[in-house]
Amino acid sequence: MPKMNMVEALNLALDQNLANDDRVCVLGEDVAVDGGVFRVTKGLLEKYGEDRVIDTPLAEGAIIGAAVGMAVYGLRPVAEIQFSGFTLQAFDQIEQNMARLRHRSHGRYPISMVMRAPYGGGIRAVEHHSESREAYWAHTPGLKVVIPSGPRSARDLLHAAIDDSDPVIFYEPKALYRAFREDVPDQPQKIAIGKAQIARQGTDITLIAYGAMMRPALEAAQDLKDLHSIEAEVIDLLSISPMDTQTLVESVSKTGRCVVVHEGPRCCGIAAEIIARINEHAFEHLLAPIKRVTGYDIHFPYFQCEQHYLPDADTIIEAANETLQYE
Amino acid sequence: MSHKAVKSSRPTLSPSPAVEVRAAPHRSEVMPRKKIDLGEIEYLRILDEHGEVDEALEPKIDGDELLRIYRAMVLTRKLDIRMLTMQRQGEMGTFAPGIGQEATQIGQIYPLGKDDWFSPSYRCFGAQLWRGWTIEGLMLLWDGFFEGFEIPQGVHDLPFSIVVGSHVPVAVGVAMGIKNRGGDAVMLTNFGDGAMSQGSVNEAFNFASVYKAPIVFVCENNGYAISVPVEKQAGISELARRGPGFGIRSMRADGNDVLAMIVATTEAVQRARAGDGPSLIEAVTYRMSLHTTADDPKVYRRDEEVEQWQAKCPIARFEKYLMNKGLLDPQAIGRLGDECEQEVLEARTRFRERAKARPREVFEMMYEELPPELDQQRREYLAKLDRKGVQ
Ligand SMILES: Cc1ncc(C[n+]2csc(CCOP(=O)(O)OP(=O)(O)O)c2C)c(N)n1
Ligand SMILES: [Mg+2]
Repeated sequence: MPKMNMVEALNLALDQNLANDDRVCVLGEDVAVDGGVFRVTKGLLEKYGEDRVIDTPLAEGAIIGAAVGMAVYGLRPVAEIQFSGFTLQAFDQIEQNMARLRHRSHGRYPISMVMRAPYGGGIRAVEHHSESREAYWAHTPGLKVVIPSGPRSARDLLHAAIDDSDPVIFYEPKALYRAFREDVPDQPQKIAIGKAQIARQGTDITLIAYGAMMRPALEAAQDLKDLHSIEAEVIDLLSISPMDTQTLVESVSKTGRCVVVHEGPRCCGIAAEIIARINEHAFEHLLAPIKRVTGYDIHFPYFQCEQHYLPDADTIIEAANETLQYE
Repeated sequence: MSHKAVKSSRPTLSPSPAVEVRAAPHRSEVMPRKKIDLGEIEYLRILDEHGEVDEALEPKIDGDELLRIYRAMVLTRKLDIRMLTMQRQGEMGTFAPGIGQEATQIGQIYPLGKDDWFSPSYRCFGAQLWRGWTIEGLMLLWDGFFEGFEIPQGVHDLPFSIVVGSHVPVAVGVAMGIKNRGGDAVMLTNFGDGAMSQGSVNEAFNFASVYKAPIVFVCENNGYAISVPVEKQAGISELARRGPGFGIRSMRADGNDVLAMIVATTEAVQRARAGDGPSLIEAVTYRMSLHTTADDPKVYRRDEEVEQWQAKCPIARFEKYLMNKGLLDPQAIGRLGDECEQEVLEARTRFRERAKARPREVFEMMYEELPPELDQQRREYLAKLDRKGVQ
């Protein structure tokens, strides 16, 4: 099994889908000749030609709108938005067309497409290039939202997203693009969108995270064990919407304590939704209020200060300890 | 996954009904079928790459001023080159050098007065310095320090924009404000060839036209939007042709000719000030260097193309002009170059002194007054910094 970083794993997923289904096409700014500013689409133009790997003008609204139209015609477009900050230029098309056209057409036009975009901080980027606004899309009915946490889940989730009959927002934690390598099997493992994964088993407390935050969450779990003999269960959410309520509820019903981690702002963030669901379904099992370790409700800081804004293992351990000490 | 053809999944439609269309007569006498005038667009070059000048078009600018313009272009180049070195040495974040676009930048900003407004995009150091932004400020902000964005005293420009085209409607709004208050200032805003594809920019054009806003749009057509050449960005080769469709007076200028840029912008600024509404100037130039320091142009363009443009260097061209005028000689060129280099290095020293992250201030400037709940978050955050011993 070749070891791959996330960029290579995503490239493999696109390559295999382009090879296996001639309805699949890739479009976006700088995706063809340049191979994408992060090189995720590298080499695809040479293999599949400019009708299927399409460099577009600099217009995110039209990229998504056109992808929706292609999906109406029966193609399976995978649109890349260069940075998630610029998905906002396409907000209108995402909300009004991508998410709604199945419904508005009485099911005639299911919109089977993917919008990929790198999101999140940690790469010393300029302003507007570090935000985590996945909550916007989770808030929009009709969309699915998924976020991988490593090369393998990136590859498998992208297959699932392209296969899906509904529009999928696929956010890529750019801090992980080249952060580490994993074995990526030749053929994808089938995974269902809407399922979380238990990344580490434990009995004392549940840590819920996704994307780039899985690394500090797992690091915190290891430290909790090494330093405090605490067995933390770590859940990789993977699918933000639909959300795997059952896995979350089962885990917290067992541990009674929970910390939710994400880098996006706290107010109306994904953690708020997770906590609401746990309250609805596992309230009687809770031994302590659930804690959130998230970004703050401020603009993402200029990069010299970003490490202080982003949640890290220490902050997660701190929150876990407070939760564990609660009586 | 099975191999599924696209066409089979859609019903075939019957062909459209036959309509026989007759060739349009040159002019119809009965019903109107005639040409609509879209207005003319001028192209302007005053100084060519050999330093040859058209005296009929040459603007009257006195010698000291010409040298001031030249110096500003040299300083811009020196700053870009220095920052590239700093970036390679890990002393600078990702940034967008403007090498090759110095005439476009200084030419467009020269006609603007102190009370006028300027809303630039990100590749515009030269014009920003001309307006009074400092070199160390620019270094700070490109190296990820919020302090760099502080607008210098006496300057009322907007911070440069990073989200392509997003500043252009705002610039129009400022111009509408000027008009609303009966002021005689003018707004000038710039953006790239790629930005011409953005909805926000096109919406802004229309607003400016409808409200006859006192604004000058400068489209710096440097041939590329990252890897995408302008030929693939637009279905027309002269972007200035978009202007008349909005009712905006347009001109195409040689963006490597600082005199052409000065004349084109001066006329546009005068029109705006006189209440004649917006203008669009397409400056035809070339991005000699990288898109940003994260970019590798070798993937998408050939060295020969870059070399061709090297011969059209805006600074070399203006230098020849000034030498012909007897305003510069090789010694003066060397001296001015050293002076500019020195100025950049001194600014780098100030940058280094000020390059201290201030993590305790990230909640500043969020609101007039921090809402209590957010203030609570701030205190939580500060406690975290305290625990970690971060000052
Ligand atoms: C809305 C938006 N989409 C995408 C980007 C990423 N991006 C930054 S610069 C750029 C190309 C801009 O080209 P152009 O407008 O020609 O300006 P230039 O960089 O050539 O000066 C792109 C795609 C962005 N910053 N904003
Ligand atoms: Mg450009």
